[in-house]
Amino acid sequence: MVKFSLPQNSKILKGEFYKDKTGSNNLKKVNVYRWNPSNNQNPRIDTFEVDLNECGPKVLDILFKIKNEIDPTLTFRRSCAHGVCGSCAMNVDGVNTLSCIKSHSDIKGELNIYPLPHLKVIKDLVGDLTTLYKQYESVEPWLKAKAGEKTSTEIKQSQEDRAKLDGYYECILCACCSTSCPSYWWNGDKYLGPAVLLQAYRWINDSRDEERKERLKKVADELKLYRCHTIMNCTNSCPKGLNPAKAISSIKKMLATS
Amino acid sequence: MENKSQPLSPHLQVYRWHISSLLSISHRIVGVINFFCIIFVSSLLIFIQGNNQILQFFSETFFGKFFVISLCWSFSFQILNEIRHLAWDMGYGFDLKVSQITGIATILGSFILAILFYFAGKSFI
Repeated sequence: MVKFSLPQNSKILKGEFYKDKTGSNNLKKVNVYRWNPSNNQNPRIDTFEVDLNECGPKVLDILFKIKNEIDPTLTFRRSCAHGVCGSCAMNVDGVNTLSCIKSHSDIKGELNIYPLPHLKVIKDLVGDLTTLYKQYESVEPWLKAKAGEKTSTEIKQSQEDRAKLDGYYECILCACCSTSCPSYWWNGDKYLGPAVLLQAYRWINDSRDEERKERLKKVADELKLYRCHTIMNCTNSCPKGLNPAKAISSIKKMLATS
Repeated sequence: MENKSQPLSPHLQVYRWHISSLLSISHRIVGVINFFCIIFVSSLLIFIQGNNQILQFFSETFFGKFFVISLCWSFSFQILNEIRHLAWDMGYGFDLKVSQITGIATILGSFILAILFYFAGKSFI
């Protein structure tokens, strides 16, 4: 069901204002989405004044600074801080990205930080990605070869066939693309979404895989695949510069020509 | 973590519009408008049974002019967007830069095409 507005319990309230105490002349106002599961209140936007003179260059550095120096209860996921793990995906300045590789100097004015869109919030900036992981599991993201002679030895791949996976194997499943997609917002329970479809294509396109036909057949579904209307929000948001829209279109093309 | 009061994170409210998402939604809206306009224009043509005077009178009223010019634009917009989608269906134009350029070209082109349609149509009446 398409529901454009937020449910009653998700309406965002104005939160607290944390005034700068350092007296710095280089301040940035940072608005952060907060929600605490332990008190029965609506989510709110807290505003922090952050001293940029004593802060690293990335948005994640700002979050760390807030957590370390202003409010230790601020909750967010992070791990590698180098754009490799995909944990710190969030909505920064209206676009999903990895906060560890997004420079805050790129953003003029106030900095708005929200969790990934249209997810159940667990706490503050942490969204619930269970559905997405289940969908990922459903495309069986592993190499499938029929048992026999071939599987007892190394399965070789030519350089050309290997090159076909470039631009697809780099996906780190940060979910920036899927949660940027309006189709996925409205039909997230049935439509697989850009991240999972890109992964599906990565396995369909692998020369070593022997179940290409079955994989294609499985994904060829009005809701699973064809809810993609080439809105391109996925490609616009991918922090790794990949192109899920193209991957989805390639699957569609394969289905149309096979 | 089953919690009934878990809020839904904001989506449309906070997500920034890109050219491609803006064109995607406007393409749909304009498509619906065009659908009804085709029905209206077809019924009008059947109704007047080739009587050009009524047509001429209609196209000279303010509403008539507004209607005709809007229709010229909405059809141009639909056609150009459709060409863009056709290219996508064939697997071309997915590059971020290219899709942005074709998006802007669609918007600008729709106005140019609308003017051409309008004057081409005018010279026929």
